Amino acid sequence: MSARKVAKGLYALWYREFKVFTRERSRVVSSIVTPLFFMLVLGRGIGSLVNLPGIGYEAFIFPGFLAMMVLFTSVFFGTYVVWDKRIDFLKEVLISPLTRATIFSGKVLGGVTDSMIQVILLMLIGILLRVQFDVLGVVSAVFMLFVFAVGMVSLGLVIGSFMESPQGFGLVGTFVIFPLFLLSGALYPIGGLPSWMAALTQLNPVTYAVDGLRSALLNVSSFSFLFNLTVVSAFSAAMIALGTWSFNRMKL
Amino acid sequence: METSDLTKIFGTLTAVDRVSLKIDEGEIFGLLGPNGAGKTTLLMMLSTLLKPTSGSAAVNGFDVLRNPGKVRESIGMVFQDPSSDELLTGYENLKLHALLYDLPESKTKDRIEKVLELVDLSERRNDQVKKYSSGMRRRLELARGLLHSPKVLFLDEPTLGLDPQTRERVWRYIERLVTEENVTILITTHYMEEADRLCGRVAIIDHGKIIVLDSPENLKNKLGGDVVRVKIQNAQIEKLKRLDFIKRIETSDEMVDLTVEDVGKNLQEILRVIGEAEFVEVRRSTLNDVFLCYTGREIRAESETPEGGWQERAVRAGLNR
Repeated sequence: MSARKVAKGLYALWYREFKVFTRERSRVVSSIVTPLFFMLVLGRGIGSLVNLPGIGYEAFIFPGFLAMMVLFTSVFFGTYVVWDKRIDFLKEVLISPLTRATIFSGKVLGGVTDSMIQVILLMLIGILLRVQFDVLGVVSAVFMLFVFAVGMVSLGLVIGSFMESPQGFGLVGTFVIFPLFLLSGALYPIGGLPSWMAALTQLNPVTYAVDGLRSALLNVSSFSFLFNLTVVSAFSAAMIALGTWSFNRMKL
Repeated sequence: METSDLTKIFGTLTAVDRVSLKIDEGEIFGLLGPNGAGKTTLLMMLSTLLKPTSGSAAVNGFDVLRNPGKVRESIGMVFQDPSSDELLTGYENLKLHALLYDLPESKTKDRIEKVLELVDLSERRNDQVKKYSSGMRRRLELARGLLHSPKVLFLDEPTLGLDPQTRERVWRYIERLVTEENVTILITTHYMEEADRLCGRVAIIDHGKIIVLDSPENLKNKLGGDVVRVKIQNAQIEKLKRLDFIKRIETSDEMVDLTVEDVGKNLQEILRVIGEAEFVEVRRSTLNDVFLCYTGREIRAESETPEGGWQERAVRAGLNR
């Protein structure tokens, strides 16, 4: 297949996801309001009890909520594959000349676009609330979020390709997302955890995304930005491979 | 298009059982059969969405297993179920399709206008599909299947849920496609008049096997006559069985259908033997009679399948979304 056909196919799939995204405004609003609400409530509430040296708790958890936003919207993007199966839109796409790998990539592009638009909005709100971030930091953070979103959208699509019903996706998705979020150090520093929890945290790719964001935005981190980025990239690459495989074996 | 011993087995169910077909370029071939007979499974294999368990198939000269990409480039498909995105407009769905099939940009607009015109959706092009009625959705599906001018077109119940006017237009367009663009068409349908009107040859398929394959004309002739429907007592039926120009006697409820050779001459004799009948009706045999003769039961309506008809599913999907 020629490069032009692949490019047009990718554009077609992206075009569709983007149009759908812009037509479901409630989705956009709720996905931004929820983390914002959490951030303010937890930030103020727990922040009044916790005293982190150097930076306030509210600032400390902000990168965690950026990661949360991408994690949730990206993984749940996989739900749309299940819907596509339901409304048979998937057949229309699968019967087109595009390869399954191209179809998967197009879906990833669409999902990453959704997540990035939302997280960038959230980030702007955060910057408005406390103007302290430098430009390089913000750019590095956006790049980290992008790589992270690619991995998480792929993960969502992998789950979606196996599921038959949106309800089933909801259950499995939640079951995957919550441990990833809670064991990521988004809400607390990962130094000084009990050893079993520290071990789980270190196995969790989200930890490195959060830590990378913290290093870019706040200059506070356990690992270097580059190390974090490498781990998250490796995770995303693995998810792309897994996603391509799962789309190849996906049945209707 | 050619299949040889094409078979698909789902667990213990043999959905398609050693089907061998040869369909020529520019032919309209009809696939008739009760629900669950294996028609859709066959189409899914020909369109590379399902892998055959055994046997082989080639579409437009390309093998479905060795060259699925080429097969998909050659075909267009109108699915039984709506497969457009409800949040997109009719126009956007078609544009999306044009992109997926790599239509040249210069032609895309004209081509979309043309197919929208054909299915009478030009005025509703900028409405989201969720606002369409089920008939309009169906028409949009059809427009989409035709959009990229495929060499081979699969139509799975193309006129299900359409009003008579639109159906007539669609039929005329299908006929034109064949004469003007030499498209090969494989159509599944429950409407016998549709098969009769369009198809050069039809195959009746049941339990995954082809039972009979011929032109609608030959099939009707093979039945051996026209149909006389009468309302009579059982005792009279016994007498009728002795008449050798009655080829077949079928009883349904209170009515008895007789397949009679040379009705014009023999009707009087039948009426004489019966003596008094409450009701008599004579009609030409149709493809429907052929169908019932070979499958031995009424065609089950689409909505009686366990998962419901496609309209129902569309409504449910809409509600859930």
